Amino acid sequence: MITESHFPPMNTPTAFPADSLKIGTRTFSSRLIVGTGKYKDFAEMQSALDLSGAEVVTVAVRRERLFNDKGQSLLDALDLKRYTILPNTAGCFTAEDAVRVARLGRELLEQLGNPGASWVKLEVLGDKKTLLPDPMGTVEATRILTAEGFEVLAYSSDDPIAALRIKQAGATSVMPAGSPIGSGQGVLNRSNIVLCLELLKQGDASYPVIVDAGVGAASDTAVAMELGADGVLLNTAVAHAKNPLLMAQAMRHATIAGRASYLAGRIPKRLYASASSPWEGTISYIPGE
Amino acid sequence: MLLINGQRCDVPTAADGQITITALLEHLKLASVPAAVEVNKAMIPKRQHTSWQLRENDAIEVVTLVGGG
Repeated sequence: MITESHFPPMNTPTAFPADSLKIGTRTFSSRLIVGTGKYKDFAEMQSALDLSGAEVVTVAVRRERLFNDKGQSLLDALDLKRYTILPNTAGCFTAEDAVRVARLGRELLEQLGNPGASWVKLEVLGDKKTLLPDPMGTVEATRILTAEGFEVLAYSSDDPIAALRIKQAGATSVMPAGSPIGSGQGVLNRSNIVLCLELLKQGDASYPVIVDAGVGAASDTAVAMELGADGVLLNTAVAHAKNPLLMAQAMRHATIAGRASYLAGRIPKRLYASASSPWEGTISYIPGE
Repeated sequence: MLLINGQRCDVPTAADGQITITALLEHLKLASVPAAVEVNKAMIPKRQHTSWQLRENDAIEVVTLVGGG
């Protein structure tokens, strides 16, 4: 396993200014949000979360098992003092159900005294096969939950206008999908993500836009960050990697690298080459000269 | 008879035929774990569990947090 010591520190004082992720009333130093699902066991999940450097982790709300021993519970495995828990409404296909689940998630996190109680990762899905979001239902649920005092982080398609409508409905953050949940296809439409960023941040540069879903490898995370996303949310890419702990570290560094690259400002793309070595003093034959 | 998490359940009730949410959670051995409760699609805050009387045919959801993305 690669440990932190294999990666030299990149944040020399002049290279990487202090840079935090602000979502509504909260501030985080990590821009990576990870899920807690699909791990082989809780021990592996705990290590992956730790190595990812994430401060926010997502969870789902589900029925208690009745009349049998519960066995190990996620809540026994999660350090609730360390992580801000972001409850999702995964599995909801109507605004009404998403609102119900959001309220139940808030109740649970209030009981646990976790600061995640007042926010929700809103998912209103339109189709079970693609898990693509229903923009109408998302807007409707965002309006209701915002009125109830929730800070809504809304899963959206990468359609810039749908994303804008969700922001206008009151979402604290809009989270466009790179590609379908768990698909590992990465950021399929970079132009749409750039347009989402432009529209959502117009006159509101600090509005947080998080690319949620579709990440398959660390390069996908770096691309999303490099495009200017404020953060990346992922689960399957780590949990189902051949080596989840190594991938958790890769995602951590990809988030940092992508952000640094965005802040540093990439060179424009050019059709033709631009020599890095000077022509002057060349002793060789140069075609055309 | 109550509908609990989608299952029809006969639960022991008080002499008046009623049962509170707290008593139901004790019966389900869920009183000591974090659990959120919904009755007929309305979330009932924990502070109301001791006084909330469930009625025949109420649809109840008892939920917790699990791993998810």
